[in-house]
Amino acid sequence: MSFLSVPLGKLVRRVSRLRGGGSALPGLVVEKIDPGFMRRTLTTLPHGVAVVSGTNGKTTTTKMVVELLESQGLKVFTNRTGSNFTRGVAAALLGEVDWRGRLDADVAVLELDEAHAVHFVNSVPPKYCLLLNVLRDQLDRFGEIDKTAQLLQHIAAKTTGTVVLNREDPRVARIAETLTGQEVRYFGLDDSLLGTFPNDDDMRAAPGSPAPAGLPEKPAADVVLRKVGADTAEFEYDGGTVSTAMKLRGVYNIFNAAAALTLARGICGGAAADTDHGTLLAALSQVAPAFGRGESLTVEGQPLDLVLVKNPSGFRLGLKSFPAGGYATMIAINDNYADGRDMSWLWDVEFDSLRDGGVDQLTGSRAYDMALRLQYDDVRIGAVEPDIAPALAAFIRGAKGQPKRIFCTYTAMLAIRRELSKITTVEVVS
Amino acid sequence: MSQETPGTSGPAPAGSKGTLRVVQLYPRDMNIYGDWGNALVLQQRIRWHGYTPELLEYNVGDTFPDDVDIIVGGGGQDSGQLVIQDDLQARADSLKGLAEDGTPMLVICGLYQLFGRFFKTRTGSVIPGIGILDVETHGTDERLIGNVKVATSEFGEVLGYENHSGQTTLGGGVRPLGTVAKGTGNNSSDGHEGARYRNIVASYLHGSLLPKNPAIADFLIRTAAERKFGAFEPGLPDDRYAELARDHAARRPR
Repeated sequence: MSFLSVPLGKLVRRVSRLRGGGSALPGLVVEKIDPGFMRRTLTTLPHGVAVVSGTNGKTTTTKMVVELLESQGLKVFTNRTGSNFTRGVAAALLGEVDWRGRLDADVAVLELDEAHAVHFVNSVPPKYCLLLNVLRDQLDRFGEIDKTAQLLQHIAAKTTGTVVLNREDPRVARIAETLTGQEVRYFGLDDSLLGTFPNDDDMRAAPGSPAPAGLPEKPAADVVLRKVGADTAEFEYDGGTVSTAMKLRGVYNIFNAAAALTLARGICGGAAADTDHGTLLAALSQVAPAFGRGESLTVEGQPLDLVLVKNPSGFRLGLKSFPAGGYATMIAINDNYADGRDMSWLWDVEFDSLRDGGVDQLTGSRAYDMALRLQYDDVRIGAVEPDIAPALAAFIRGAKGQPKRIFCTYTAMLAIRRELSKITTVEVVS
Repeated sequence: MSQETPGTSGPAPAGSKGTLRVVQLYPRDMNIYGDWGNALVLQQRIRWHGYTPELLEYNVGDTFPDDVDIIVGGGGQDSGQLVIQDDLQARADSLKGLAEDGTPMLVICGLYQLFGRFFKTRTGSVIPGIGILDVETHGTDERLIGNVKVATSEFGEVLGYENHSGQTTLGGGVRPLGTVAKGTGNNSSDGHEGARYRNIVASYLHGSLLPKNPAIADFLIRTAAERKFGAFEPGLPDDRYAELARDHAARRPR
């Protein structure tokens, strides 16, 4: 059947596109009738497959890796549709291969959800993997964060070439100890920036108490993020420090830039000794955030920032990276499956930084959970309206002439973007 | 002794009805599912009732504070439970003394299990508990996850979120906190959630538990005040958001 699977899958893809259907169905069809399709197509690429996984920042990091590799003249296949499941990858592949199933690319860079990545690497062993972090994200889906770390460990174990690890996340860094044949490269942070990256373990630890057991001694990192300015960043690699302008906003996005740089250097360094660091850095400075990840829109002549918050660490980083002063603030908390159903995580975020200005509007299916959370942190609450459309309209009306910021969970962000495109001209400025 | 939360220590200021001392058990190793929310709610509601809260942390190796009025403890990952294991055993007698004496306590998930007689893992190894609660827990391959509604006689409808693979059965020495109306609770067979013994409330529910169930928070505070001052004079906390959050939570899918 395999000679038929590609034409058939492409057909299903066309039909489901015409019907406006989901992106994963054609992938499902091919997966059923030709389970070897992905492995055959991807493992024959000259540079093989790179998998990007971890709890936070996969989408933006994958985007960065792709743009970095393209700056070096590589043809890159990626799952741009944001469908980060195996079927989504198969569906994306079907869009790119010719009718005989050949993919015109040098390398595949794939963003994969931790749990799905495990299935993927079992059928397609990647040559590279980049493991970002293990944060408390959707614990109701994966159980415990040690379990999530095990999922990432499995991805690393199945990787045939280079494993890129976050040196500052103990659960990720310790994966190195379990590896035997792979080359390990780290990306890291300057000590002065460590404080801006609280992890789940020391979230409530007394100040100055020892960090949970990480690696006995910090290994050297391939790329270290040394400094972050308003729109600049300083990276150290190959024994030198370079400063570059950055379009990305938020410290955590820029740390992920160090991750992307490490992986891109790993991939290029392997084949082309003539890696052009000038163009690599120029490409990095031009990367814009993926949608909703610290993205800035313009609404009625004023900036409106969308900050995606998915877990306590991400929310705290968001509050820290984007100070409240001068901004009208809205928070949108949904509890759909993709957001995580458990609201406990809101109680592990401190909202003191919003006390001065208060929060103008709360919305989402758990708007009242958020209101209750703010009440206990003595933060003034404007209006509460669980229905996102009227809440957003009221927020924009009420904060006329003011820059605005919305902290939102994943499905709330999707709803907000949909509404924004209806009620006003949405112009993407960065 | 670890640091106190800033601004909560010192003598009760003028106008306060008195100081209530709350001790968080092992917040460093057992706080994975928003357990801080329970401590924060106690701290704020003590204030809103007109008393002065003093919130202390007890972590492995610390000196246990004297004059404890309320104890609150949370859940943890398996790794966190191993870290506290020896220290908890060393504290067993004094904790048991406080419990028998009527000290109000709230133990959630991991510490609920360890306050029981034992936890038997899937592989058959037995982790001893401290035996304050007549319950036993058996590890399973099944993870019980989702929103939970519990009907209780003492606190009305209790709302929360469960996420555990250990299944707990109650002995004759304790009574259940309530009967599950949505979700699973202690185990997948008897329809009970949590345990009650003297002034201890034990439960699997996160959410965090106390913010959306202020009746339980106020039970702990009232009991502490009555034990310390002979009477409890409640204030008037504004629970409108709690009520609305309860309404919405009760209607969310499992």
